[in-house]
Amino acid sequence: MLAALILLPLLLVPVAWLIPWYRVRSWLLPVAGASHLLLVVLALGGVPDAAPGEWIGLDPLSRLVLLVASPLYLGCALYAVDYLEMRRERGNRTMVPCLLLFLSALSMAAMSRHLGLMWLALETTTLASAPLIYFNRNRLSIEATWKYLLICSVGIALAMLGLLFFAYAALRGGVPVSLLLSDLLAAGPVLSRPWLHAGFVLLLVGFGTKMGLAPLHAWKPDAYGEAPGLVGALLAGGLTSLAFLAVLRTLQVMNAAGALGMARPLLLGLGLLSLLLAALFMMRQGDFKRMLAYSSIEHMGLLAVGVGIGGLATFGALLHMINNSLAKGCLFLSAGNIHRAFASKRLADVRGALVALPFSGALFLTAFLAVTGTPPFGIFLSEFTILRGIFGAGRLWVGLAVLVLLATVFIGMGASVLAVSQGEPTERDMAFTDRFLLVAPPLLLLLAVLFLGLYIPESLRLLLEQAQALVEGGA
Amino acid sequence: MEMLARTALHLLLLLLVAPLLQGVIVRTKALFAGRVGAPLLQPYHDLARLLRKECVVSRTTTWVFLAGPAAGVAVPILAALFMPFGALPAPIAFTGDLLLFVYLFGVARFFTVASALDTGSSFEGMGGAREVTFACLAEPIVLFCLIVLARIADALSLTALLGPHLAATWRGPAGLSLGLVVVCLLVVLLVENSRIPFDDPNTHLELTMIHEVMVLDHSGPPLAMVLYGAALKLMVLGAPIVRLLLPVNTGSWAGDALVFLGGMLLLAMLIGVIESIMARLRLVRIPQVLIGTTMLSGFALVLVLR
Amino acid sequence: MTELSNLCLLLVILVNFFALGSSRLTACIQAVALQGAVLALLPLATHGLSSHSLLLAGGALALKGVFIPWLLLRAIREVHIRREMEPLIGFVPTLLLGALATAGAFIFADLLPLVEAHQGGLFIPTSLATLFSGFLLLISRRKAITQVVGYLILENGIFIFGILLAEAMPMMVEAGVLLDLLVGVFVMGIVLDQINREFSTLDTEQLSALKE
Repeated sequence: MLAALILLPLLLVPVAWLIPWYRVRSWLLPVAGASHLLLVVLALGGVPDAAPGEWIGLDPLSRLVLLVASPLYLGCALYAVDYLEMRRERGNRTMVPCLLLFLSALSMAAMSRHLGLMWLALETTTLASAPLIYFNRNRLSIEATWKYLLICSVGIALAMLGLLFFAYAALRGGVPVSLLLSDLLAAGPVLSRPWLHAGFVLLLVGFGTKMGLAPLHAWKPDAYGEAPGLVGALLAGGLTSLAFLAVLRTLQVMNAAGALGMARPLLLGLGLLSLLLAALFMMRQGDFKRMLAYSSIEHMGLLAVGVGIGGLATFGALLHMINNSLAKGCLFLSAGNIHRAFASKRLADVRGALVALPFSGALFLTAFLAVTGTPPFGIFLSEFTILRGIFGAGRLWVGLAVLVLLATVFIGMGASVLAVSQGEPTERDMAFTDRFLLVAPPLLLLLAVLFLGLYIPESLRLLLEQAQALVEGGA
Repeated sequence: MEMLARTALHLLLLLLVAPLLQGVIVRTKALFAGRVGAPLLQPYHDLARLLRKECVVSRTTTWVFLAGPAAGVAVPILAALFMPFGALPAPIAFTGDLLLFVYLFGVARFFTVASALDTGSSFEGMGGAREVTFACLAEPIVLFCLIVLARIADALSLTALLGPHLAATWRGPAGLSLGLVVVCLLVVLLVENSRIPFDDPNTHLELTMIHEVMVLDHSGPPLAMVLYGAALKLMVLGAPIVRLLLPVNTGSWAGDALVFLGGMLLLAMLIGVIESIMARLRLVRIPQVLIGTTMLSGFALVLVLR
Repeated sequence: MTELSNLCLLLVILVNFFALGSSRLTACIQAVALQGAVLALLPLATHGLSSHSLLLAGGALALKGVFIPWLLLRAIREVHIRREMEPLIGFVPTLLLGALATAGAFIFADLLPLVEAHQGGLFIPTSLATLFSGFLLLISRRKAITQVVGYLILENGIFIFGILLAEAMPMMVEAGVLLDLLVGVFVMGIVLDQINREFSTLDTEQLSALKE
């Protein structure tokens, strides 16, 4: 069943490439997404946790990530059908296979228990998403693609070096060299510290680049700004969660080696820096899609701060990962609609989205409220949990700093979002209207965030607790 | 007595063979270009012809003008006394003679450049400036190489540096550094002797010349001395490369001398080949190449130091 | 076999220097091809003939030594670019920085807590030096193609380190890594082509429209 999660989308790649019918090819995406989600739901209940030595398997962390990514992907896939219909001139022969490959790599990255395999899958997601960013085929998108490719490739190469350092730590510790997670965890206490520490730094740089933590975020505003909305949603909701999972995997190893004390300050520092940078750049942002990228940087920073503090804050960060992915999905999809309708993403050109596109505009505005942590949405709950964790750990100043920065982000982002949605509509492309498939997926994602804000199912809470214990328990 | 005989053999080898090397280089290049080329002994005829000619000296010049060619011949002969020729030990060897060896060529350069400046011609001044610039960049290479060799031999005289231990060194872990040293010394040889790709001895455009432009005003016997000095310099500077590449000790004088001579001829052919297959570098690229070579020699040093 | 691998590693370092100091793109690419081919010898020299090392060697030779350079050469043939004209940091300073980094790598490697068998060897310092050189090339050049070359050299540095730890990377993963590299460069090649079409140059200075 687990293999099917990877192989099913992979098998659909050549199919999508070969079949000649445009509309059918588009519909392959929701088909793949729906069957993937179905398999995920079945697997979550039916497949036991991975035994040591298995290469592909589930544990609470990978269950969480799959649980986030699969619905998000389905939402984006449904959205893609109408989106691609609208942009027939661009063709979908690249887009659809790449999106399918992305899904396959995503599942593999989430489920691999061998760090090398995980690396491979992450790199594949980069490669599969590069053509997606170039979808619009203009100068700006090519620049964004180039930066994305180069920065992420170099970052992920450094992560590979970090993995090799972990392996060397095992060699130096006198245990058989292996990058299987279970082997590394078992060997934890004897791993050579200097190599472990150096490896962690490199891995943090590598996966941090993919996550978009400041100061390694340079590609993010460009890529998110130039990519179509649905690609931005997948990157900001799916890919970043995967990268965060990779960081958590390295944390697991660090925890097993009893070196969390070295890892946490680094994460905390990068997290706070990300929050700060995001807040600063959000203040005078003239492009609402780039603004979303900075929002993503902000939330990645929050995740890093959460695991950097540990305890309840880690629990909050894991919950936040779910909320952030879903909310980002809604935000990017509705922003994509507004972008299409006004044929611009400059704040100067876009006014009155609420009047012009009642559904998308309202969704965009509500998603903004959700993503900045307004109650009763889930993000409020998870941010609150992280803050409680921070104050509970006695880190008063960190907590205050986070609060101030979150408030700054709210103000900065609010100014832009309100400017886009309120007022008299500016000139726009009349052919574009809210279609069902362009509005329903973001609405569903938003409802999910709302639901998580009102009620967290017992099984999910249990899963989150298990995941937290996996990252930092028992050391 | 034996000492005297050794010295005589040493100097005779140098004085007699040096022009032949130039002939070999020219012949190799001719063969590469598909020509028959000048006879191997042509450089000797050239020297003889120049010596018979009248010497024209500009009225603006002083004795410095003639000191250049004199130093150009004297210094290589003096330096040769410290440099072993193959397995034949140098007539004079003492600790630290390698520094003297390096800076003797500095003296020669000083006189050459001074004599070029003495003519008052702007072309010759330009050539002098270039010569000194490149020499500055080449000097660290030589020093690094010698330090590497000194580190390997654990001694500070040229004869000991290029002693019989080299054959074993090639097979040992320091062989890599030795290889780098050979490459670096070859580059220095080409720079110091104004060969392609750094300078073209046959160029006809003053603007692109480096060494040749400095001796434009010399004629007759002084020019012969300049040419002869250049030939001597090529041989003296080529000797360590030959020794490094052919660290053979036959045990007899004659055998050692023959190995050395064979090596020198091969080296001359190698230079001919390099000159045939490479184009001259642009002037701005030369410092880059020299700095790159300095790094190589520095790297060789790092390798033997660790 | 240590001598063979030492010779290979030395060649790798020389290629680093060459790539840092050369302005001719073709020469740079050929140098990287040579480096890739030399790297292909390393697994055989260190681990002997096994199916794993043979696969690694074959894969490295085919991809790093032949196919990727061919791709890049084709790319520059089509865009008529021969030289890296004005690097952000000049050739001599990059060379010097490269030399410093290399020397630093050697000194640093001596301080690292290495396993007995690797002490004093050339593997780890060469790996670090190659990594630095690639990085240097990546940040100091303007032409997109030279940046790809820098990325390849960086990858090569990591590959060298990986050879020491062949057991850590099972064959499947290793093959995947090589494949990913190939696809990565392939995609970069396509992007290069598009950059050239849009901007009529491969100068990444042109790619500066997106900023705050």
